[in-house]
Amino acid sequence: MENFTPLTATIGGILIGLAATMLWVFNGRTAGISNIAGTVVPLRQGSVLWRVLFLAGLPVGAVIGSSVGPAIFAEIPTTLPELGLTPIGLVIAGVLVGVGTRLGNGCTSGHGVCGLARLSPRSFTAVGVFMATAVVTVFIVRHVVT
Amino acid sequence: MKNGVLFHVTAAVSGVIFGIGLAIARMTDPQKVRDFLDLAAIPDGGWDPSLAFVMGGGVLVGLVGLRLDRLLRKPVAAVSFVRSDRSGIDGRLLLGSAIFGVGWGLSGFCPGPAVADLGLIPQSVFIFVVAMFAASWATGIYLHRRDHDEETAAHAAPG
Repeated sequence: MENFTPLTATIGGILIGLAATMLWVFNGRTAGISNIAGTVVPLRQGSVLWRVLFLAGLPVGAVIGSSVGPAIFAEIPTTLPELGLTPIGLVIAGVLVGVGTRLGNGCTSGHGVCGLARLSPRSFTAVGVFMATAVVTVFIVRHVVT
Repeated sequence: MKNGVLFHVTAAVSGVIFGIGLAIARMTDPQKVRDFLDLAAIPDGGWDPSLAFVMGGGVLVGLVGLRLDRLLRKPVAAVSFVRSDRSGIDGRLLLGSAIFGVGWGLSGFCPGPAVADLGLIPQSVFIFVVAMFAASWATGIYLHRRDHDEETAAHAAPG
């Protein structure tokens, strides 16, 4: 487990939990990324700008975290993330993630963090199902096909 | 400060903190995410349990933070707490979650990290984000129309 980084994983998770708490206490909204992004359409008045602002904050935060993080924590590398997929593979995966999160009303943040914290039976079910199909998919891609 | 301003500033700041959390936890690295999902790597020591600690940290804070509405009549900067209007475990939840998991396993991307990576590797992740948004919106419009049609049919049905 040479890549295991429990300290920064837990600190990052706590920051995500604080961001979700802030959005809930101040705005009464759940920090589920797929719902914030996906329900921009169909357009409803007064519901678009805050979603765009929240989503725009994510890459800004990622840039801050990636520049400040390695200076504080030795276990955070300074290298940029790499993708293991061709552009066509990325499109297929993107479509599956988009369709799946819309049908299932949530992703790793909405169901995985907020829903589990609310002890929602729907979210426990969703997390169990998407973890299972993701594990099977990675197994096939990494150990069967190649 | 007007409530509308605070509401929108909060949305932006929350997004930034969320993004910092994703980057500190390295969930912006799809290979690290897939290293968590690769349970077959447990025997040879290549498994990376980090993602479970990210979720654990977020859930621990949320267990308290997402219950603070009990102490408040309404949110600080909004009219009401908006709760999911869906309940019960149905086929849509199961099928959608199953499809999402396949896309997540293939790419190592779920929606948050993919959008966050627009700040780090925009050229390579852009196409994924466009496909995800387009598919999500198309699905949303389809579901919206279908639900509307069902409602209309229910009203038209003879009692």
